[in-house]
Amino acid sequence: MKYPLPAWGNTLSGKDVSGMREMRVEFLYWEDCPSYAQALLRLREVVAEEGVNSEVEVIRVDTEDQAQQLRFLGSPTIRFDDVDMAPPVDQSYGLSCRVYLTDDGRVTPLPSKEMIRRALRSAVRTREV
Amino acid sequence: MPLALQSRLIPFSLKGTDGRTLRPEDFAEAKVFGVIFTCNHCPYARAWEDRLIRVQRDYANRGVRFILINSNDPVKVPDDSFDQMKVRAQAKAYPFPYVFDDTQEVAKAYGATRTPEIFLFDESRTLRYHGAPDDNYEDPAAVRHQYLRDALDALLAGSTPPTPETKAVGCTIKWK
Repeated sequence: MKYPLPAWGNTLSGKDVSGMREMRVEFLYWEDCPSYAQALLRLREVVAEEGVNSEVEVIRVDTEDQAQQLRFLGSPTIRFDDVDMAPPVDQSYGLSCRVYLTDDGRVTPLPSKEMIRRALRSAVRTREV
Repeated sequence: MPLALQSRLIPFSLKGTDGRTLRPEDFAEAKVFGVIFTCNHCPYARAWEDRLIRVQRDYANRGVRFILINSNDPVKVPDDSFDQMKVRAQAKAYPFPYVFDDTQEVAKAYGATRTPEIFLFDESRTLRYHGAPDDNYEDPAAVRHQYLRDALDALLAGSTPPTPETKAVGCTIKWK
């Protein structure tokens, strides 16, 4: 499914991004961590709001072997063009619920829309270089 | 299945991070006694951790006592080892004991499956509230229903918690 572009046009930080909209967006989750549905909803909203016309690849991780193979850093994991949205210092793969830190230092299992948006914009800027 | 409301407290004897072995009888003076399954590593437990500390501090002089139990398999989750529990309890200056359910028998007896998961007992040690601390793990400022605090207020006033049971939201307990 392709996401409709916002009514205000193909803009991201005021730039025309129409030529760079085929970004790979991956969402990996483990069902044991209950916030994944909310995280996926936020990701899809951000992708649509930012005018990135990519399909979100949703990947369910069920086993430790899969977690290793998919470089799964915990649920939920979001990657843009194969780059994790918030690379942790300790990159250990496995079935776990993932810790995110809010801007004011609180722990949360659920990345905010702003965190996702910043990471997406950073990925777009990387493409521009 | 979790312990049903109106059930009696199930006894246990577990070693705490301060080296003492604790039993519910050690809290006989408590008007309300909370048995809370939690752990170090889980982001849900950590998101609610400061709020549980605050609740314990706010209600300490009203006869409310909590005990925190970690039942996770430390082989699967090294951050939940007994040594790491000691580090966590000290770093956060826990105002409650933090004990290790090494055999996981206590979690199984209570039917606990998540971290955090609260079992709140009244003065006669009858279960009166079971579930989550509140309705928003993500943002303390956005909480609309303070399930735990509301239950404590009700029990201390001799009445029934307005919401006696909620869904425990968190990581699954990591079984051996």
